[in-house]
Amino acid sequence: MASPINYDEKIPNNVDLSSDRRLQRALEGWQPKFMNWWSEMGPTLETHDVYLRTAVSVGRAGWAHFDHVKLDEYRWGIFLAEREQERRIGFGEHRGEPVWQQVPGEYRADLQRLIVIQGDTEPASVEQQRHLGLTAPSLYDLRNLFQVNVEEGRHLWAMVYLLHAYFGREGRDQAEDLLLRNSGSPDSPRILGAFNEETADWLAFYMFTYFTDRDGKYQLGTLKESAFDPLSRTCEFMLKEEAHHMFVGTTGVDRVVARSAELIREHDTFDIAPHGGIPLEIIQKYINFHYSVSLDLFGSETSTNAANYYTAGLKGRWQEGRRKDDHKLTDTGGLLETPRPDGTWGAEELSTILMLNLDLRNEYIADCEHGVTRWNRILAEAGIDRKLRLPHPAFNRHVGVNSAFHVSPDGEILDEATWTRASDKWLPTSQDLTFVQSLMRPVYERGKIASWVAPPTNGINGKPFEYEYVHLA
Amino acid sequence: MSFDAHPDTYRHWRMRVEGELAWLVLDVDESAGIVPGYELKLNSYDLGVDIELYDATQRLRFEHPEVRTVIVTSGKDRVFCAGANIRMLAASSHEWKVNFCKFTNETRNGMEDATEHSGQTYLAAVNGSCAGGGYELALACDHIVLVDDNSSAVALPEVPLLGVLPGTGGLTRLVDKRRVRKDRADVFATRSDGMRGRPAVQWGLVDEVVPPRRFDEVVRERALEAAERSTRPKDAKGIELTPLRREVDEDGIRYRYVKAAYERDLGLVKITVHASEDENWPLTVTRELDDLILRLRTNETELGTWVFTTAGDPDAVLAQEHRLLNDDSWLGNEIRHYYKRVLKRLDVTSRSLIALIEPGSCFVGMLLELAFACDRQYMLDGPPIDDEDSDERAAIQLTPANFGPFPMGNGLTRLQSRFYGEDVGRLSELDKPVDAVEAADLGLVTEAFDDIDWTDEIRIVLEGRASLSPDALTGMEANHRFVGPETLETKIFARLTAWQNWIFNRPNAAGPDGALRRYGTGQKPVFDRKRV
Repeated sequence: MASPINYDEKIPNNVDLSSDRRLQRALEGWQPKFMNWWSEMGPTLETHDVYLRTAVSVGRAGWAHFDHVKLDEYRWGIFLAEREQERRIGFGEHRGEPVWQQVPGEYRADLQRLIVIQGDTEPASVEQQRHLGLTAPSLYDLRNLFQVNVEEGRHLWAMVYLLHAYFGREGRDQAEDLLLRNSGSPDSPRILGAFNEETADWLAFYMFTYFTDRDGKYQLGTLKESAFDPLSRTCEFMLKEEAHHMFVGTTGVDRVVARSAELIREHDTFDIAPHGGIPLEIIQKYINFHYSVSLDLFGSETSTNAANYYTAGLKGRWQEGRRKDDHKLTDTGGLLETPRPDGTWGAEELSTILMLNLDLRNEYIADCEHGVTRWNRILAEAGIDRKLRLPHPAFNRHVGVNSAFHVSPDGEILDEATWTRASDKWLPTSQDLTFVQSLMRPVYERGKIASWVAPPTNGINGKPFEYEYVHLA
Repeated sequence: MSFDAHPDTYRHWRMRVEGELAWLVLDVDESAGIVPGYELKLNSYDLGVDIELYDATQRLRFEHPEVRTVIVTSGKDRVFCAGANIRMLAASSHEWKVNFCKFTNETRNGMEDATEHSGQTYLAAVNGSCAGGGYELALACDHIVLVDDNSSAVALPEVPLLGVLPGTGGLTRLVDKRRVRKDRADVFATRSDGMRGRPAVQWGLVDEVVPPRRFDEVVRERALEAAERSTRPKDAKGIELTPLRREVDEDGIRYRYVKAAYERDLGLVKITVHASEDENWPLTVTRELDDLILRLRTNETELGTWVFTTAGDPDAVLAQEHRLLNDDSWLGNEIRHYYKRVLKRLDVTSRSLIALIEPGSCFVGMLLELAFACDRQYMLDGPPIDDEDSDERAAIQLTPANFGPFPMGNGLTRLQSRFYGEDVGRLSELDKPVDAVEAADLGLVTEAFDDIDWTDEIRIVLEGRASLSPDALTGMEANHRFVGPETLETKIFARLTAWQNWIFNRPNAAGPDGALRRYGTGQKPVFDRKRV
């Protein structure tokens, strides 16, 4: 039986906030600061209300309740997945012990850091996307943007709840700092690089929600395994919402590819830019960019921190429970492919536990391939003999073993001059960006859509595409 | 192992001089560790990195009298310095670790010495994360500016992460130099993630935090302010520190004025310092001694006794010293302080130091300080051993050099240390050569043996010494050398090196499951919970 979310309180929750005066006071102190941040850094487009999904309960039935809601009246709150009574730690040296309901003193700093880094990404994407409302290709897309935004806001709440509830005064300070950093700010940037990149157009937004939010899915998946049960339950519920963000990305790119395919067929040319479409070549460059920047989010291929987190039980592997090994990883090894200065690839043998970031990244890459397969199916069905693809994992990297090298999308190690000459073919140029920008004109009429993207095959919650998802102010 | 370096061949530092400001930019070449087996990630350092730093600090003092402020910063993005490389430490032998710590400490003390005595202020421009020895490098500077970019922190994570102490004076400088309250120092030194931003300033861990966009500007501003206060000359021309002339072989090392001859069966090295009238002698002999001490410490760990002798005309030494002590130029000042630092290196050297004062030696004034730095002094009362008809006799002579210009790390002269609690003023009137009997009477030497006993007695002293436990000797000598008051410097060496020496040997740090060895494996250390 899923517990309902109490919407009668100032802060909706299913954690019985009213019985914890201290926590209530702390969160009520933070709430106006969050609202301030939302009004300053949230969506710039003014709306009356938006057809949003809101969780009323964390169980299967209750987490997707739809209604028109005023954006700034969205009831951000604290929703944790149901507690599993007998849950035990699944990995590391505490494997088999009961999970923790409190933070162990020994791991407080590490856990806090993990939560702060996760928390920092959530409001960052809202900031990165704040101007996109001004150029939405349809009301349907506009609604999806806002859905993503309010949920990122709620995910921020989720992390802030943990900081407030379990990390004392320092946790509260850190929670406040999450609102003081801003994406791309020269003085106070977000912690991770990808969250300081601009999301200037809708193709970038689709790519971001496909590639970068998918990183989020995998990070949350590893935190869901945590021995610290409140973190685990928080992430479990966040994962449900995250799935929609990736849906926006997957179908968004689908629709751009479909529209480009249509224009290619219609005009019998790949040069569809003059016809208001986005050429496949530019789509490929966007894939190259967003994919490689997102790979950086996994951190260095070898990581002592990740190994320590694993041993301590703080952060597991993707689907830890399904892995068939000892869940301690102290005795096994693996190979790490590394570029060599002479332009060839080598392999280094390392212990498994030091390569957990690589393990997670490989799961992610396999998942990313699904999207590419979908997009290529659309091209194939349109009879177009071109394929999109993911570049080599070493391409355009700024973190980890590849960061000191220049590697082509095919995995060829290049000297700097060759790379500089060729990189315009592989990454969006300022002309490409300007061109895509030039297509970004808002279409706010019901049932209408911009020239460069196909309409969705289904609306939201069984509603038609023509439905008035957003009432503009 | 060589300690030679030159800015043209630095692998890890870039030195840039712009008028009165100099930049020392740490940009460690990961793949250029001084011994194979580890990568110097995150601007971490090993002995090779520090040899270059020491070279740079020396050149800034001698070759660049115009430099008034030295800015220490990082050439890497978002990383200032992660401190000593942990894999290097974990893989190193015990004596290598301790000796490495000693050298890094001496270099950092030298930076403070430059600020205090040479008008060359060190300023840390901490432009990225700064942990462990990285923060200790900053602590050795006079002023610390930390970038306020939400991620850069200062930290001393040795205790929580490695089970050891910060190795270059971090704990001492926090409370003694920066006056961080001791309870806060405790909190800080047990948090692996350190502190950033305003709290770091409030606690006194750094002097100011500056947003990234204003960082370079503020650093330059502070550097110019410090330069303004400097007494360095405006128009002086530096002198080049040219490569030392040196022959090295199995039997020893021979420089121009300093010779070292190994006697491996006795585990000793005989070091002879020659006098000269050459005007470059004071600086050259100082550099040679410096280089010799460093090489012997690192390369000849089993030569546990150093026997010091001198040779040449005492009057030549007196004349050199007179010129040096009365030279009020910047260069005279530099040489005096350099000689002082080399003597201090000797004071903290973990070797038994014995001075043999024989006819034909020139242990006067500044060279007599070498003898006073030794644990024992033996003086021959009689003719040279190989020429019993000679009427040459050994003599020593006290000069103003023994009463102030070359203090030890405890702030006392070696005479004050020797006669701790007594007034040594009475000795300052002794303005003449002193023979063996009088020297023994005055307490200036340990024993005065006559020529009949000399050879045998000295042999027995050296053989006896070689038979004792080196560890016990190291501890005993360090205890005796540093009498009286503590200073920041003696605390760093005595407390820290001693504690660290112990901790580095304990299973909790250095055992197969200890924190230092487990670091980086992803496995937790196993501690013996008993408090010792």
